[in-house]
Amino acid sequence: MTFKNLLYTIGCIGALVATPAFSQTETPTPAPTQERSGGLSGSVTDESAWEDIGIAIPGFATDNNVPTPANAEGTAALGVALAEVITADLKNNGLFKPVGPNRLPQPRFASIASPVWSNWTSRGAEMLVHGYVTKRDDGRLTVGCYLYDIALQDQLVREGWVVQPSEWRRAAHKCADLIYSRLTGESPFFDSKIAYIAETGPKGDRTKRLAIMDSDGANHRFITNGRSTALTPRYSPDYSQLLYLSYVDGNPRIYVYDIGTGKQRLVVENKNPTLAPRWSPDGEHILFSMAVAGNTDIYRVPATGGRVTRLTDTPGIDIGGSYSPDGSQIVFESDRSGSQQVYVMDADGSNQRRLTFFGGRAATPEWSPRGDQIAFTHITGNFRIGVMNPQGRNLRHLTNGWQDEAPTWAPNGRILQFFRTERNSGDTSLWQVDLTGDNLRRLPTPVDASDPAWGPILP
Amino acid sequence: MNKRFVTSLLLGSSLALAACSRNAPEELPPEPTPTPTSPTTGTPTPTGPAVGSQAHFENAVNGQNVIYFDTDQYDIDSEDSAALRTQAGYLNQYPNITVTVEGHTDERGTREYNLALGERRANAAKNFLVSLGIPESRIRTVSYGKERPVALGSNESAWAQNRRAVTVVVN
Repeated sequence: MTFKNLLYTIGCIGALVATPAFSQTETPTPAPTQERSGGLSGSVTDESAWEDIGIAIPGFATDNNVPTPANAEGTAALGVALAEVITADLKNNGLFKPVGPNRLPQPRFASIASPVWSNWTSRGAEMLVHGYVTKRDDGRLTVGCYLYDIALQDQLVREGWVVQPSEWRRAAHKCADLIYSRLTGESPFFDSKIAYIAETGPKGDRTKRLAIMDSDGANHRFITNGRSTALTPRYSPDYSQLLYLSYVDGNPRIYVYDIGTGKQRLVVENKNPTLAPRWSPDGEHILFSMAVAGNTDIYRVPATGGRVTRLTDTPGIDIGGSYSPDGSQIVFESDRSGSQQVYVMDADGSNQRRLTFFGGRAATPEWSPRGDQIAFTHITGNFRIGVMNPQGRNLRHLTNGWQDEAPTWAPNGRILQFFRTERNSGDTSLWQVDLTGDNLRRLPTPVDASDPAWGPILP
Repeated sequence: MNKRFVTSLLLGSSLALAACSRNAPEELPPEPTPTPTSPTTGTPTPTGPAVGSQAHFENAVNGQNVIYFDTDQYDIDSEDSAALRTQAGYLNQYPNITVTVEGHTDERGTREYNLALGERRANAAKNFLVSLGIPESRIRTVSYGKERPVALGSNESAWAQNRRAVTVVVN
């Protein structure tokens, strides 16, 4: 798997120490993560604390500007591109006040672990990011990332990664995650991917294709060719497979698509329509909904196939499902009461009870990866993205579109994406909003887009 | 004719993908035969659509190959049952014909739920036809949820037209 090529902190800081250029001029001190673990703010809901922090992100330095498949102009230009990706990650998500490499002096390689403070103290930024990229003998790249507090003139955190040239952007996302986590106390989310449905064509005859992209929209790839309608994808927790609905044989059915081999199989071998696929958090099980003689219920099957277990058994439509992070409960949607509402049950199907009593209809529940919130589509005339706690209380609306639908969580449970449909035209687009309701923005996609599914943080 | 064109588009894109040929025809189609300028004059030729075609079915049931539903509902009301009786009459007359009932919803629902709701509607129509004596083996169902609206506006009138079950002849 590709992400196995990414080495981790311990190994990489070892590599960093062993880099001759560094040993000449600097002796990196041990990473201070243990002693300075407080961060500036414990929660995104404390809005004011850290969002105004200025962060200077000059180009990453290189010891030797050499060619690399990652950048046609060599490792020096790649160093600038790395800083640009980090700046865009933070800026586009409304995090801090980053200033990118094109407005800053370029540090020399020798000063990465020991900044020239006089260059930075008068720029109005509180934080400084330094980094480097070097090419290894095996062609892979070593990327180092350092976060400094300018007023303290002290290092807050650093980390290094070894990546294949084709995965250079992941090193930038890891650095953005390091900065974000250190300054906010939150878990990382940038180094992750999104599966969604790309839409083209007129409203009455839309072409719908399965597509994937990085969390910042880069490395976009269409998986299906559009000859048959594809809907509702979900990445497996290890990113090796996608569940999605396809009409490839004329019927709506869920397929398990292997990204490595490009092969796919039916989630269950029978003639009934299957809908609304979901993974268990450990990737061991698949939830799907199946209509038998018109009645839809929720079922579970091992991810590798095998015995199917029926979890719901009502005359109403029971559909969807999202596991709590510990895998013990499933929140799902049912119209057994007469209209769509959100219910919760134990993972074996027992103890089913209704959660939503807000008026209107409640659909597409998704349990936060942190476990503390459930996002859903609240239908009261218009369709809005709402969140509530797992007891079905403390409803908060995060959006106010005509039709905002199908939320999906960032890996850290602090940001949501969903899709918005425009009245009359039927145009669709992906949007993102913080759990606070702030930083609402449209995600750039090559064509119209729906059904976003955000995967977990890459290891 | 329009209706038939739309139907064949639906069928073409969903059922018979192979029919979406990428190859351009090698020869241009023949020029259309001139239509009579005044259709009321002269006797119409008795060569209507062939038995087993969607057009023949739609003509025979007088357009009642589509039934409509209220918001979030899937019950068969009296108007629907009259249409389905007409469809059953046709199917009894031509026992070799099989059909697909397509279930559809309006756009004002979430995607997955609408797929399940469309399935419910298609099955409601199918079950009614079966109750009238049409063998189950002759009726397939498929749900398109909100994916294939026939009326493209975002208003009550469009939504009412899209909440439907469409019976389509399979050859």
